[in-house]
Amino acid sequence: MLGQEKIRELTQQVLAMSKAEQTEVVFTGTDSALTRFANSAIHQNVAEGNTEVRVRVVYGKRIGVASGNDLTPEALKRAVDTARAIAMRQRENPEFKSLPAPQPIQNVEAFVERTANFSPEQRAQVVNALCKKAKAKGVVAAGAFRTSASEIAVANSLGVFAYHPGTVASLTTVMMADTGSGYAEVAHADASAINADALAEEAIGKAIKSRNPTVAEPGEYTVLLEESAVEDMLNFFAFLSFSALAVQEERSFMRGKSGEKVMSENVTLWDDGLAPDTLALPFDFEGVPRQRVMLVENGIARGIVYDTPTAQREGKTSTGHSLPAPNSMGPLALHLFMAPGETPKNEMIKNIERGIWVTRFWYTRVLQPMPVLITGMTRDGTFLIENGAITRPIKNMRFTTSYLDAFNHIRAISRETKLTHEEWTGGARRMPAIVTDGFRFTGVTQ
Amino acid sequence: MKDLTGRALNIAQVRGASYADVRIVERVTQHVAVKNGKVEALEQEESLGFGVRVLVNGAWGFAAGSRLEPKDVERVVTQAVAIARASALCKGRDVNLGAKIESKGVYETPIKINPFTISLDEKIGLLLKADAEMRRVKGVKVARGDLTFVRENKQFASTEGAEVKQEIVECGCGIVAMATDPATGDVQVRSYPNAGGRHQQARGYEFILEQKLAENAGRVAEDAVALLRADQCPSYDAMTILLDGSQMALQIHESCGHPIELDRVLGSEAAYAGTSFLTPDKLNKFRYGSDLVNITADATIPGGLGTFGWDDEGVPAQKSDIVKNGLFVGYLMSRESAHELRLGASNGTMRADGWNRMPIIRMTNVSLLPGTWNLDDLVADMDDGIWMETNRSWSIDDKRLNFQVGTEMAWEIKGGKKTRMLKNATYTGITPEFWNSCDAISNEKSWVVWGTPNCGKGQPSQVAHTGHGASPARFRNVRVGVVK
Repeated sequence: MLGQEKIRELTQQVLAMSKAEQTEVVFTGTDSALTRFANSAIHQNVAEGNTEVRVRVVYGKRIGVASGNDLTPEALKRAVDTARAIAMRQRENPEFKSLPAPQPIQNVEAFVERTANFSPEQRAQVVNALCKKAKAKGVVAAGAFRTSASEIAVANSLGVFAYHPGTVASLTTVMMADTGSGYAEVAHADASAINADALAEEAIGKAIKSRNPTVAEPGEYTVLLEESAVEDMLNFFAFLSFSALAVQEERSFMRGKSGEKVMSENVTLWDDGLAPDTLALPFDFEGVPRQRVMLVENGIARGIVYDTPTAQREGKTSTGHSLPAPNSMGPLALHLFMAPGETPKNEMIKNIERGIWVTRFWYTRVLQPMPVLITGMTRDGTFLIENGAITRPIKNMRFTTSYLDAFNHIRAISRETKLTHEEWTGGARRMPAIVTDGFRFTGVTQ
Repeated sequence: MKDLTGRALNIAQVRGASYADVRIVERVTQHVAVKNGKVEALEQEESLGFGVRVLVNGAWGFAAGSRLEPKDVERVVTQAVAIARASALCKGRDVNLGAKIESKGVYETPIKINPFTISLDEKIGLLLKADAEMRRVKGVKVARGDLTFVRENKQFASTEGAEVKQEIVECGCGIVAMATDPATGDVQVRSYPNAGGRHQQARGYEFILEQKLAENAGRVAEDAVALLRADQCPSYDAMTILLDGSQMALQIHESCGHPIELDRVLGSEAAYAGTSFLTPDKLNKFRYGSDLVNITADATIPGGLGTFGWDDEGVPAQKSDIVKNGLFVGYLMSRESAHELRLGASNGTMRADGWNRMPIIRMTNVSLLPGTWNLDDLVADMDDGIWMETNRSWSIDDKRLNFQVGTEMAWEIKGGKKTRMLKNATYTGITPEFWNSCDAISNEKSWVVWGTPNCGKGQPSQVAHTGHGASPARFRNVRVGVVK
């Protein structure tokens, strides 16, 4: 961790090196560690420290980007020169108007010293306790305990300087009984808030209940989808539907639907990178403050997220959802929330005559973007529900179903929510469990 | 650099490591992307650092740093040793690497044209030309093209005396056309030469020129638009399908390449990537596929993304049998896992995604060996079937048994001829049942080493570049078209 002032100096140094009309510097620095366990023992245990400086230069409407992880003045100069050389050979982008101008950025506390200083011994002790618990119950533990501290800063020649430090701790586990398995996960900015004991209990309980699964016939079922499964659905909505680029390219169901009903009336979804109950990041990778964007309110389409290019295309302003340049993916909602309901999770299956309880999804892939038609598998805890109670474990099932359809048939939402961390994007999701009808299972595995 | 590796290994031993290795890796990636007539991305990334892997008290520790100053080397090595000591607080059996590896030498990807000497103007021009050809076709909503160039220099040294240097060069390219029908919500894509618009090989710029992107762009765009009007692929409980080479590469990768990873088999990936149905009791006994099915893992194939001189444990690149005449006969192994199961020496498949990742078992070039059929004869031999080409979606369970795959385009085959175009074609199956239904594989004339530059595995996540030699193949009694 370099700290705000050193990073400010470094970014100013890079800006001063550039002769471009506009220049942007994005600094990211991460110290992260991950303790991985399987067969109830640690088998991989790693740590890394890395930094990256990403330079975007603008000459007229020509843009070049270069990045490197060497912070010496020579290497920084090389990055600036490479970006310039690229821009000089670039074609003009007629849509480009300007890098963003400075805007006030709200400071959000998301850095916990305890997490940043969490030692390998501390992680090993947590894992060891979890593995011992597993052995005592006759199951096998696997999983990963990650702690990381990161700094992100964005500066540009128009005067933007935004800096944010943050920490993340996450623990996931799969407990395996002879013929069954159970999954649980938790994430928090504060590593000491991770309750490994409770997590182990949840996964062990599920693994034991999952033993000797039988086959349920494919078909349409009412399902209880736990938070991890709902997270997967939110990820696809973020990627396929709530991005301005997806709408502009006519591949999102949100296109032309503002103010219309697109989901069940009990569904409210929004994105908020400033919220205290997420893994906050108050600005995007262009240094634009993140706005709270209402996406779907009581089932009605309300908004989508923008970065500067997609906003300028429509004469709007960015909502603060850009990814690092050069970005062909478009804007992305990184801090999605789904509003909780009123039903306690443990009462949600009371009214299900026949259905399936899903702990999490696995290997989900898009078949059709517009209806968010997805195929995937269930994993680590799939059970048959009969007459309001779980009656038996079942083998993992393949589904091929429209997530949009599923969000149009939600009959219950849990009042509890869970926070998860998404490794690939660094984003976070907070969501409840749901019960939805007509979920289409198309196969079963052995 | 030799000073650095020597210093790192020395510090590790002084701090108590019974084994240590160090890798210094410098990777340069250049990416050019064009979309709808505009250059959307023009970027060069450079990453340099080192990773140290140590064994202390029979347990692993790994740490990596981006600064190569002596004090940083000492700090990172010390951190790796501390991590290994912590690992030992909750270890299984002591790690045993088997026989020593003392490889020495230098390897460079053979290339004819260094991609980093080609001007950006030429690269942009190539993509813009293809882009213009695609957008000439009415109805194309998005035209996209990408070029990717990678140069990785790495140096590996271990306390056993191994010292190898490698330079791996890769070139990748592709184009994608997307057509939409807002009235129906239909979105159709066509890619070339491979799914998602990226085919990649460990070769020079000559590979890019051979792909002839502009020459194929019009056809790709016309296909995308035609798919909007094409019939939906019907559903069948049991149908004969013929998969093109690129789709076969994906099928091999997902349903053979992953389940033969011995770390998955032994449970190391149980909480993340999953396990495998190919348990040790099945080795040399299990009928994975029909007699025609021969699969190898070969890190020596020219152009393969899994081709190198040595893996990231210093084990020499080699070829080994995985499936022989349908029988499952081999795994992808590390030194540790090969020793644990007493399977002899590692077959050299430990690979790390850069300096800041610990090597794990990865595919090299896992390939289906060619059969005997001319492709035209194979089609002519089908009375009633479906030809499917270019992957669009793929999904498989955590043991690698139940899979469902979608393709960008399909053709109905009647009386030995392609008749009508079909869209949204999918097929599904159980891995060994599927491979046992393989009754024809086309010959070496249509065999291509396909590249998969986006294979995810491990925690922290790692992306591997793998190769898959494949030619079109036919399968009987496959369930088709679960998607309406």
